[in-house]
Amino acid sequence: MIKSEYLLLLIGMGLVTYIPRWVPIFFLSRRELPPWFAEWLDLIPVAILSALVFPELVTGGSPRFLDLFRPQFVVAVPTFLFALKTRSLGGTVVTGMLLFWLAEKFI
Amino acid sequence: MVNNSKPAAEPLAATFIFREGIKAGWPICLGYFPIGLAFGVLAQQAGLHPVEIGLMSLLVFAGSSQFIAVSMLSGGASVLPIVLTTFVVNLRHLLMSSSLAVYLRHVHKTWTALFSYGVTDESFAVNLTRFRDSNWDWRQALVVNQTANLAWIASSIVGAYSGQFIPAGAFGIDYALIAMFLCLLVFQLRGRLYVITAIVSGLLAVLLALFVPGNSYIVLASVLAATFGVVCRRKDIIND
Repeated sequence: MIKSEYLLLLIGMGLVTYIPRWVPIFFLSRRELPPWFAEWLDLIPVAILSALVFPELVTGGSPRFLDLFRPQFVVAVPTFLFALKTRSLGGTVVTGMLLFWLAEKFI
Repeated sequence: MVNNSKPAAEPLAATFIFREGIKAGWPICLGYFPIGLAFGVLAQQAGLHPVEIGLMSLLVFAGSSQFIAVSMLSGGASVLPIVLTTFVVNLRHLLMSSSLAVYLRHVHKTWTALFSYGVTDESFAVNLTRFRDSNWDWRQALVVNQTANLAWIASSIVGAYSGQFIPAGAFGIDYALIAMFLCLLVFQLRGRLYVITAIVSGLLAVLLALFVPGNSYIVLASVLAATFGVVCRRKDIIND
């Protein structure tokens, strides 16, 4: 049996996660956007990807500290170059994993 | 012979939609598996039943906030603080859905409601790249979301039952998502303005991550960097 308090927690968490995912799609997909906003949204993906990945590469620990010699960052350089050269998502994932596995073993 | 002059209007075969969706989504699944396993193990150690763990992955489907919820639960936190924390941690999806919305015009709202459920950092990045660079169909995007969702739920349940038997960090699998994000970032670098926005956002994110606890640095850095980019473009400081 699942306790009702736990179920309430899951419903609460589910709702507050779902609403921000749904609201923009519901409202923005049915109207014309002002040009400046469209330009802004056009830059959001590159900004988000960069903001997601960079701190993962060069910071670690809790509280976080800067560490430029983490294997994550060392491996990111050849992985990035591989992606730039081949533009293959699957290939980059496999190459990154292999390099990281080697780095963890030998560094 | 059938006239194929308007391929966009041709209905896509279901097998094609599934095949393409899975082809685009497999790196996400690969990346989710170790994280889902780890989540399952931790949640089980915190005293949750595998059914409860699977249900959380099904109803919430947001990795980092699930980890936080489990650690708060084992710390004895009550419902409201956990829900509020979840809200803040997942608010970043607001930006991702805004970017995706442009590509979901004319899609029925029942389908967009289902699609919204599957918007994660990873599915957003994969789908947005495809929408932009190819004739990506919303149904293929939906397959990406749901495949990733299945991988997430399955791996968290597997973790709940057996995670402690699988060695951590095997085959560098911990790096799958980082490598995927790096490659998707490369795809987004479509001109000077994009490169500069990426650098500004990355530097800001690192700086903020060092001084602000939690993950608010993602939203703050991206909003600031995108605004900076638009201002530069509008004032002709940088042309694309």
